[in-house]
Formats: sequence, structure tokens, C-alpha cells
Amino acid sequence: MGYRFIDHTADCGIQVVGADLNQLFENAAYALFDLITDTSVLEFRNERRIQVSGFDCADLMVNWLRALLDLWVCEEKLVKEVQIQELAEYQLTARIRMDDFDMLRHCLNREIKAVTYHHLQVSPNPDGWQATLVFDV
Amino acid sequence: MTVTLNRIDDYRWEIPCTGDMNVPGMVYASESLLQATDSQDAFTQVVNVASLPGIVKASMAMPDMHWGYGFPIGGVAAFDWETGIISPGGVGYDINCGVRLAGTLLTESEIRPKLESLVNALYQNIPCGVGSTGSINLSPSDQKQVLKTGSLWAVRQGLGADLDLEHTEDGGCLPDADPSEVSEKAKGRGKKQLGTLGSGNHFLELGVVEKIYDPETAQRFGLFEGQVTLMLHSGSRGLGYQVCDDYLALMVKHAQKLGFKLPDRQLACARIQSEEGMKYLRAMSCAANYAWANRQILMHHSRKVIEKLLGIGPRNLGMRLIYDVCHNIAKKEQHLIQGTLQTLCVHRKGATRSFPPGHPSLCALYQHTGQPVIVPGDMGTASYVLAGTEKAMAETFGSTCHGAGRAMSRSAAQKAGKGRSIHRELENKGILVRWSGKSTLLEEMPDAYKDVSQVVDVVHGAGISRKVARLMPIAVVKG
Repeated sequence: MGYRFIDHTADCGIQVVGADLNQLFENAAYALFDLITDTSVLEFRNERRIQVSGFDCADLMVNWLRALLDLWVCEEKLVKEVQIQELAEYQLTARIRMDDFDMLRHCLNREIKAVTYHHLQVSPNPDGWQATLVFDV
Repeated sequence: MTVTLNRIDDYRWEIPCTGDMNVPGMVYASESLLQATDSQDAFTQVVNVASLPGIVKASMAMPDMHWGYGFPIGGVAAFDWETGIISPGGVGYDINCGVRLAGTLLTESEIRPKLESLVNALYQNIPCGVGSTGSINLSPSDQKQVLKTGSLWAVRQGLGADLDLEHTEDGGCLPDADPSEVSEKAKGRGKKQLGTLGSGNHFLELGVVEKIYDPETAQRFGLFEGQVTLMLHSGSRGLGYQVCDDYLALMVKHAQKLGFKLPDRQLACARIQSEEGMKYLRAMSCAANYAWANRQILMHHSRKVIEKLLGIGPRNLGMRLIYDVCHNIAKKEQHLIQGTLQTLCVHRKGATRSFPPGHPSLCALYQHTGQPVIVPGDMGTASYVLAGTEKAMAETFGSTCHGAGRAMSRSAAQKAGKGRSIHRELENKGILVRWSGKSTLLEEMPDAYKDVSQVVDVVHGAGISRKVARLMPIAVVKG
């Protein structure tokens, strides 16, 4: 598993790893949607390409997850699969495959209100990269 | 870094002003509360807040404090209006998350036989839970009016009475609201959510007044022993979260304007007297007004559901708003600082206003008693009604605690609750609970929270609010 949940008193923290930055950003996306719903039942119904930028790697991570959360809160789309196609200082392009929310097929675990800067860290480690951050629930 | 606390008395602990701090920290707590949970992370946040420009007197934490983003939950910090900062992290994502308490003419014995039907009707008719939408369709111009006028908009639609406005902080409307400062994304998130409870720690609760501590004040508040009450805890929903998000991003981007490095990115702030500061103030005011409209509508709809289920009219139910308080807000207020009246931006994040008798902000009914302060506990134990005091004005910018405060993380609560049937445990205590989120009940179970009675004993003992009544839950609806 590319991530694990970490303890935070009121909210949900994640620690993500990846062999490279592309995988790190992809695993962070999966962590977010695994918190929201049971992603194992999601179907591929539509696809989109998105571009995100930031002023450093950590800011890019927050903006990336914000853009994905927007797909859910603004358009009721649930992300099934992501592929980072380009990632350079400090912007990325990604292909997103999504399902449309259907209350008969999808069970919602919790409301993720926002991606915070709390405990935000993106840094290299001996196996590649790691990141920590906290979602407000 | 281990933060040292110096005991002042049984309820006050000072963090000395050292390093980058501009003022000392002041923690309101008891010895047993401090021993029960490790609050070092929260104390570090109290220290960080103390380093922000224009902070006045002290960086404070109430006894229900815990680790937050930038500012601790339970944090109170006031900044000079001309030279200080305003921070979305000092308000919270759920702008104007707050509580309202209404009394009725009913007693517990009158509704017990129908309690299960009542809680089912409330659960089915009050939108709650993740993804829930309300029945109110807001046109763009309606939404503008909601953001500008708050509770007044709801009352004008016939969803309440003028008296409700008198019994709401600031009449349910902050005047600086400017809808043009709220992003289209935020407006989009809030469009379908007006009149919804939300999820997580939001709730609707029927309670019973179990004990009266101050009979004269209780009578003035409209409380009597054995009385059935309605309590609502909700906020500005997706609109407020997005406003916080938008302005945190803006302030992080312009952080270099502050002239110093923030110890924590989540402390992103702007000078109040700056373009970014003023824009946030206006947008935050909009979100606060949305939350007040939301709670006004929720109360109205709850009243209708109860009247219909019990087959009684408004006169026999006699539902009357006692007060509506904010927990997450920044307000322009005047306070006496070393004998001089100073205009301040008071941030209360997980803290409640506690204004004393005689304060001009209070309606005529509460001039003699001080402001009602509603302090919800967890769903298995008590809630309290307190009254504001002069001591609060003198020490804490007229502030006190807001609730029980979390003691356990959500994952720890999930582990501790494994194999237990929380709703049956509550039923055995005479509390019916209905919920919708898969994880909600475990994450919100009573054990996950501090003992609210201990929290209230601290603020009462410290004199920053005084006990009036204790309420016990009998039916709870959670999203």
C-alpha cells in the first residue's frame, strides 16, 4: 500500500510513499478517495486531463489534492484511477479516470472538508519519496 | 520542543513569554485535564500564535483545547485592529460552526412514549450526512441575500421570528459581508446545502434539563427542570470550508508581505489593514451569515417536524430560541486593555463568546444575566448552559470554552470501539441515536471526548462563565 493513515486528534492524516514523485502523487490521490468512499466498486465512466501548479513541491501536493477534491465536492465525481503524465518543478499534468456518484452504488465514508497545510511535508527518503499531510473532516 | 507551563492557580497556567513570542500564553485547565491528555502539540500552537504581529495580552487556550491547524482548537487570540493580523487558521475551516439551544413547553414524560417516532422523523426529514442536500433552491440573488443578511434572510422567508434574531449573536448577521469576495467555487459548494446539518461532529439533539444551578438566571433564559430542549450544532458547510481554503491559499501566496517567516504554513495570515486581510474579513462574514441562516432554517424545520409528529401546534410546543453562539469566528470588538478601550480582532476557534451583564451587544432580556453560553458535551453525557461574566471580559476578551474537546483521534476511537455496539450502549442509558456516516458513530463516540463536566468546572472555577443548567441528551441525530 502506498500510504497509511496517521493519528490526528480531530481529523485524518496520511503518510504517503512512492518510488518516485509521480508514484507519490498518485498514491496521495488514492489515499484521499479511499477516505471518501469504497473505491473498489468504482467504474470508469469519464476521463479528464488536469494541470496543477504550486510554488514548491509541498504546495503542488496540496493544490493537486485540492483539485481532486474539487471533482468530488463540485461535480460529484469519484476518482478511480490517476496517472501522472508530466511532473516538473512545480507543475504536473495528470490523466484522471472517474465514476459519477450514484447513491445506489456508492457508500460514502466521511466528508473531507479540505486539504490542509498542517504537518505538510514532501521529502526524499532512501526508497524514493514520502509525504505527510492532514485532511479536515 | 517541550513547552513549560507555570501554575498560577487551580485553573490558570502560564506559558512564559520567551523566544519569538510577543505575549505569554495562558492555558485554562485543571491538573486532572492536563494529566488526562498529552497537550504538548496544542501548547506549541499556543506559543506559535503568540509570535504573530499585533497580538494583545496573551495567546489563550480554553480547557477543551486540542491540536488544530496553526491555532489550537480552544484557542482565543486578539489582535490590534490597526496593526495586527487576521488568520483563517484562527477561525477554522467551518466558519461560524456554532450551536443554538431552544426550549419548549414539553416535559420528558410527555414525549418519552413517542421518542422513537420523533427521532426517526427528525432523522428522515432533516438532511444530514455526507453528500446531503437541502430543500431550499437558492437563486444567485437569493444566495447573495443569504450571504449579506444571514438569519434575517431566513426570518423574511417565514422561517423564524424577529425574536430569534435578538437571541442570536450579532443578530445573526456580520455587517462587513461582501458576496463579491466569495469565490464561485465556494458559492457552488454552498448552493444546495442550506438547511442541512452536515456530518462529523454536527448533530441535532433533544435533551432534558436535568439540573438547575442558578434558578433566577435559568428562569430568565426560559429553562426549567424536566424541560425538553432542542440543540443544533452546525456551521457554514461547504461554502465556509471553501472560503477558508481560498483565503489560506491567498495568504500563503502573499506571506512574504508579513516580513517574517511563519513557524507553520497553516498560520498563514495577513495584516487586517491590507487588501488580503479585508477581503478575508468580508468573505468570512458572508460564510458566518450563511451558517446563521442555516441554523435558523434547521431550527424552523425541526420545529415543524416535532409539531407534526406530536400533533400539536406552535403554541402548545412553545419552542423558543434561548441563544445561538458561534464557536469559530473572528470579530471586531472593543475591549479595555490597561484602562484604554481598544478595537481588536478577536479570534475564537473552538471557543465561545461569554459577554457579561450590561454589555450593549446583549438584548434586554439578558442584560441582567449576561449572555447564555451553550456548551455541548458528547452524545452520551451532559451539555451545559452557562452565563457570561465580567471576569471573562477582563481576562479572556469575553471568551470561554465551547464543548468537550476531543481526547482521542478518529483512528484510536475506531480501534477502541471495535466490537462494541455504541448505539446499544447509548440506548441502555435512555439515549436514542440515529446516524448516517459509516464511520461517524465510532469516531464520535463518548469515549473520544474529554469529560465536559471537567471542562465546565474549569471555566466556572476560573470565573469566565458560570453554570446555569445541565442538560442530558435523550435523542441524537448525527450525519
